[in-house]
Amino acid sequence: MLYKDLPCERRSDEWESSEFGAYFIGTPFGYTFIPKKLGGKTERRMKMSKKEKRVMKLVIAFALAFGIVPSAYGMHIMEGYLPVGYCIAWGAVCMPFLAAGFFSIRKRLQENRKTITILAMSGAFIFVISSLKIPSVTGSCSHMTGTGLGALLFGPSAVSILGMIVLIFQAILLAHGGLTTLGANTFSMAIAGPFVSFGIYKLLKMLKVNKLVSIFLAAMIGDLFTYCVTAIQLALAYPSETGGVFASAVKFLGVFAPTQLPLAIIEGILTTVIIITLETYALPELKAVGFSKEVQ
Amino acid sequence: MTSKNKKIVATLLIFALLIAAVPLFALKGAEFGGSDDAGSQMISEIQGTEYEPWFTPIMETFIDGEIPGEVESLLFCIQTGIGVGVLAFFMGRFVERKKWQDKAKGEIVR
Repeated sequence: MLYKDLPCERRSDEWESSEFGAYFIGTPFGYTFIPKKLGGKTERRMKMSKKEKRVMKLVIAFALAFGIVPSAYGMHIMEGYLPVGYCIAWGAVCMPFLAAGFFSIRKRLQENRKTITILAMSGAFIFVISSLKIPSVTGSCSHMTGTGLGALLFGPSAVSILGMIVLIFQAILLAHGGLTTLGANTFSMAIAGPFVSFGIYKLLKMLKVNKLVSIFLAAMIGDLFTYCVTAIQLALAYPSETGGVFASAVKFLGVFAPTQLPLAIIEGILTTVIIITLETYALPELKAVGFSKEVQ
Repeated sequence: MTSKNKKIVATLLIFALLIAAVPLFALKGAEFGGSDDAGSQMISEIQGTEYEPWFTPIMETFIDGEIPGEVESLLFCIQTGIGVGVLAFFMGRFVERKKWQDKAKGEIVR
């Protein structure tokens, strides 16, 4: 059953919480998303509560209002390297995805508490992978995103939250990326990349491509796409005088793409390896998140 | 884990290691700076002037200067450590659980 098919006039009191207005401020993990009553009715858990709907509407409106205002419209963009308008715009564009991600994570956990282990592991994978700077063929270093795994296991919107936590950690402690460019970086690494990974995986699944091959390609292309988006984000903010945004985008892509290609392959490999291992040892959890359907 | 999967995993991991290690040996004397920095150089090139960031990283504001290289690598290690810790903890539990489950199954059969 879909959300929209469910009756929405019934409010679920278990979600009534005074902290509601603060969901998107600070880290969402600071709030409890573990249900107070574990044994409630399933139907009640499946629908979006009125408040959730209201919040979604609000953030979408916010995104539309602020996201489109700048006339045009970008791996981690460095702190202070994006004009203020772009920082706000990208942040606003991220909002609906983050809200959707938050709700999707909470729904999953309410349906089945077991999935928290897989969620933690997907987050940890991003932590590890994005902290490893790996030398590449072009003679410079870059790092991977690691968001493909979470996108395949949990769905792309949930990863937006995980990715943002990593980005905040890096922005504050490591001076890598930045707080002002958090919105733009979240969009490229934790939204655009995962959505592409997810889409490619679904597509290849439909085309009945070998499962491991599809996982590999999904993670790899998602990683590459993250850098393409970054290049475009930078190009929009810094169009070249002679060729405009396009010429600028090509230049930025020229910096990122050759460096990133080998790393994207490594990311594809690691994601595949992790999923093989999880399928061997954690099949019940993978079934709980809806990744593996076949019965052992 | 089936032996077929074991072989796939081993091959893939070796391949990943090679991709990471080869540039280091092949390109002797390369700087291996971050590609993020290359991005900022590109901005300066397009703009024609040196770009002045309008906001400095919050940590650098606190300590009044750049984070020392060693401390930065420490922080990166902490990040890796947290991640590996969580991954290894859960993976260990899963592996152990599988072992017990298989054992229990074996006893029922007997």
